[in-house]
Formats: sequence, structure tokens, C-alpha cells
Amino acid sequence: MNENLKHRIQARILKIAHFVALFIAMAIICIPGLWIVLNSLRPTVEIMAKPPVWIPTELNFDHYVAMFSGVGEGGVPVLQYFTNSLIISVTSTLIAMLVGMAGGYAFARYKFKGKAVIFIGLMLTRAVPGVALSLPLFIVMAKTGLIDTHLGLILVYVSLNVPFTIWLIDGFFRQVPHELAEAAEIDGCTRWQAFWKVEFPVARAGVASAGIFAFLTSWNEYALASQLTRSTFSKTMPVGLRDFTSEFTINWGGMCALAVLMIIPALILTFLVQKHLIAGLTFGGVKG
Amino acid sequence: MARVHLSNVDKSYGSIKVVHGINLEIEDNEFVVLVGPSGCGKSTTLRMIAGLEPISGGEISIGDRVVNNLPPRHRNISMVFQNYALYPHMSVRENLGFSLKIAKQSQAEIDKAVDEAAQILSLTEYLDRKPGALSGGQRQRVAMGRAIVRHPEVFLFDEPLSNLDAKLRTQMRTEIKKLHQKVKSTIVYVTHDQVEAMTLADRIVIMRDGYIEQVGTPLDVFETPVNTFVATFIGSPPMNLLPGRVMNAQVALDGGPVVPLPDQFVGKVKDDQAIILGFRADNLMPVGYSMPMEGTHAEFDMNVNLSEPLGTETLLFGSLAGKEVMAKMLNPRPVKNGERLPFLLDLTRCHLFDADTQQSLR
Repeated sequence: MNENLKHRIQARILKIAHFVALFIAMAIICIPGLWIVLNSLRPTVEIMAKPPVWIPTELNFDHYVAMFSGVGEGGVPVLQYFTNSLIISVTSTLIAMLVGMAGGYAFARYKFKGKAVIFIGLMLTRAVPGVALSLPLFIVMAKTGLIDTHLGLILVYVSLNVPFTIWLIDGFFRQVPHELAEAAEIDGCTRWQAFWKVEFPVARAGVASAGIFAFLTSWNEYALASQLTRSTFSKTMPVGLRDFTSEFTINWGGMCALAVLMIIPALILTFLVQKHLIAGLTFGGVKG
Repeated sequence: MARVHLSNVDKSYGSIKVVHGINLEIEDNEFVVLVGPSGCGKSTTLRMIAGLEPISGGEISIGDRVVNNLPPRHRNISMVFQNYALYPHMSVRENLGFSLKIAKQSQAEIDKAVDEAAQILSLTEYLDRKPGALSGGQRQRVAMGRAIVRHPEVFLFDEPLSNLDAKLRTQMRTEIKKLHQKVKSTIVYVTHDQVEAMTLADRIVIMRDGYIEQVGTPLDVFETPVNTFVATFIGSPPMNLLPGRVMNAQVALDGGPVVPLPDQFVGKVKDDQAIILGFRADNLMPVGYSMPMEGTHAEFDMNVNLSEPLGTETLLFGSLAGKEVMAKMLNPRPVKNGERLPFLLDLTRCHLFDADTQQSLR
């Protein structure tokens, strides 16, 4: 009896500890984000207050209004930056996914000479810190006239993302049993149809997650973009954040407002694709 | 409806040859089972017929067409895979109708064919489920349904029952046999299970190491195995094999009793020839617990080391000539381990194999 009670108490304590630990972890992840949202909505005085004001006294959209107004009134070309970001991220993601699908499928399904070496080589490119590439990239882009263009950044992001998408998509195609494509071929499909009608739909969770990762990488990338863009016509939103810093002051409120605008599309995309990410799609068709 | 003809078909992977010039003629509407231990080339042979594996040499024809270089979709075959290979993102209905949809048939035709196949395999109530929500036996039926829906010339089965539990396997075996009677089509079936082979096949093809060892009806291969491999592979329990020597029209087992030379081998063996005597457990029975034996038979005593009661009969494990042999006891009584019993060996049903070549001397 006593023993039972002891175990019950232990189980409950463990459960509470679990909850507390989870809460702390989530707080660490979420509070900076929430702080940005909060700061974008309150006056600069309150942002800079020491000690920090946790519960805001006044919330308004002043920073957003200012951001969208003219240059003299603290405005920045938000729409232009947004368009730049969108063009660059979407195009580079699409290309990275196409290449990633072709490459991932090849690595998952075919045997060819030097397969392991090529694969390791691709992975090694991930070991190079992005910033280390900035100077060589700058020189190459400057010589080829690609500096300060959409195309330049798109190329950079494609090359950054392709090894990763190949690796991720390869893993997902590996999980798709090759008998599925064979069954499709026997059912009358060409190799190409078998891929698009059977293997791709089954692996689409993986392709979708590769897409999200590629998109977020290009959407959020700052270090290289800040080197390779000059003007309003190619600056992406992360680089645009710097417009709020001047020689002696930083407009934290404005910066936070732009940051919130940056987060929103990424969040929307993640929610949209989320349902494809649900695993378990490959189970059932083939006896496990 | 079509014949399948394999002539001198080779398959190698690099320098490793896995199928060695096999020849096989499969008649229209025939149910042929390829059987053999794993790695014998049976699945590879099936996949070459399907067009999933290119052949390295020889010729395969289906009907009147040589199909050596045709892709699977132009061979008019269908195949049931060991792991079913159902499309997990499609409902049962879509799985069944997929091939017709690819063939650009009208929706009405597809629905009709799918409903018909679902009826045959009692899948009607599951048509809107995804494969993930089906049990193993149901998935197996969907896989078969997907195969029959297009009325192909040849059905190929690649160990379709090996993922099912024993009870379901027996049930599905019967269904496959019924299906064959219903759809009247040529079937090539691969299995490593000799019971499946015996029960399903019109003809059995026994393969080993990329060679065909014997082709024949189930009773043929059971009663007249061409070598010791077939003798031990077909039939359960496997045939007892005892080495011996021919001496004065008798067979002297090495370190064991001397039995008369079976009549069917008189004139086919030389004196002093090293041979292997083969007999099934069904032909070695204790005196008083045996079937009536009409022809010549031998009688000797044997120690029983172990008995396995099976109900109507008991399997006895004894030692004869220094080897373990299996015998059967009909209308059994309990047998103690180590008990010595007199046994009858039905010589008319014995086999002799050459000790060197392992080939039958029949």
C-alpha cells in the first residue's frame, strides 16, 4: 500500500518536473520572438527602459506606420525589400528542390561510379562556414557583374541549399520501397510516370520539408546578402534591417516591426506545408 | 492467354553469373511454380520475365513476341510482389484502377473492372480505405486484385504469401488456386516453400544455384526425384538418405543392415557401386503400425531416439547405419525414447542415387 503510494507520488513529481522543463525550454525558444513582437508595438521609451518593462502600458502601430511612410519620416522601402526577398527565396528554393529531387533520387536509386565520394563531397561543402565564402564570392560576383543583382544571390542560395536538399530528399526516397516504382512500371507506367505518380507523392513529405528548409535559409540569410547587395533593388529584408541603424542611434522599434513582417510569410508557409510533413505516409503500402 | 518461353536465359551481375542458360516452356493457362532455396535464381528469373531485370543472354518470349528488350509495360503481364507494393497514397479503389487509368480507359470502364475485381476478392467494403488501414490478408488480396483487373496474359507472383501467418497463408493459397480456375491465365509463381509449390502447381520447376534441377508435375518430382537435392527439397519431412554399396544384388548400408536391391533398380547398378539409398518417412514404418506393403520389403530393428506425435501419426527419429532417419507410425501408441522396434522398409518406393554424381539411378 505504502509502496504503491510512493510510486504514485514519484510518478506525479516526475510529470510536474517534465512539465516545468518543457516550459523552460519553450520559454527560451519563444521569449525572444515574443519580445520582438512586443517591441514593435510599443514606444521607444518603453523599449529602452531600464529596468525592462515587462507589462506594456501602451500598444500602438506607430512603428509600422512610420516604416511604410516616406524616407524622411523614418520609412524604408519595405515593399521593395519584400519583393526582392520573395523573388530570390522562391526562385532559389524551386531550383534547389528540382536539383535536390533529381540528385536525391539518383543517390537513393542508382549505382554509379564515385557515388560515395560525390556524396561526401556534397556534405563537406556544408562544413565550410558561410561567412568564409563571402570574400571569394564577392570577388567572383564583382568580376562577373552579378553583384547587386537578384541572379547573383539566387545562385549563391541555390549552391548553399542543394547539398542539403539532396541529402534530405535522398533519405526520403530511400524509405520509399523500390517495388512501388516497379509495380507502377508493370501497371503500365513509364519510368518517368512511375516517379511522378507514385514515388514523388509518397515521398512528398520529405520534398516539402526540404523545401521549407531551403526557403527559410534563403529568406533569413544575412551575412552573404549584406556583402553581395548594394542598392534597394536587390537588398533582401534581413539586410534591410540595417536601414534602421544610423551613426549614433538604432531605431529598435522600427527594426522589430520589419522583423515581424519578415517572420509572417515564413510562419504562413510553415503552416501551409505542415500537413505534408506529417509522417506515416509511407506506411501501409508495403508490409513493414 | 499466352505461352512463356525461356531459351538459354542467362543473368550475370558483373562477373557473377546467377542464372545459367535456363530453358523453360510454360504452356497457356498453366500454373508453374519456381521453387528453390534462397539465392537459387528463381526471383531473378521471374523478374527477367517481368522485364524488371534485363537479361544477359538468351531469349524470352511471351505469346508469339520476343520480349527481351521490351519494358514491363509492353509485356502485358502483371505481378504480385512479396511486400505487396500497394500505393500507400491511394485508396484501394485507386490502387485497383491505377493500371486502367494509366491505359487511359474511361471512368465507367475502370469502375466496372474495379467492382468486378473487388467482388471476386471480396474487397467491396474496403474500396475507400487506404492500404495502411488494411490487415495483411486484405492487402494481399488488393495486390492480387490489382493484378487481375487488367486481364493480363501472364500473372507473375513473387513469394506472395511469405509475409502472412501460417493460417492466412493456407487460406490465401486456396484463394490463389481458385483465382487461377476463375481467371484462366498463365501463372508463374515463385516460392521457397515446397508445400506451396506442391499444392498450387500444375508443374514445378526446382532450381538451385541458377540451374534448373527438375521440371515436372508435383507427383513426378515427389515420386521420381532426379537427384538427392530434389529428393530432400521436395516433401516433408525430407527424404532419408543413407550411403551404401551394391553387393551381390543387395544393398549394404555403410555400417548398417543389408537390404535387397529394389526391383526397379535391377540391371541399372553395377556390383560394388557406391550408392545412396533414399526413402521417405512414409515408407519406413514399425511392424504392426504400418500400411500394408505389397511389394518387396526389408525388415530390421532400429532404436527410436525421439518421437513427435502428430495425432493420426507419429514421427519417429531413429538411428540407422549411424545416421538419423525419420519414420512414421500409423495409429500410433506412445513410444519411449530409446525403445527398440522392428521396422518395415517398403523397397518398391525406395530410390537409389549415384554416390558421386548424386543423380538418380532410375
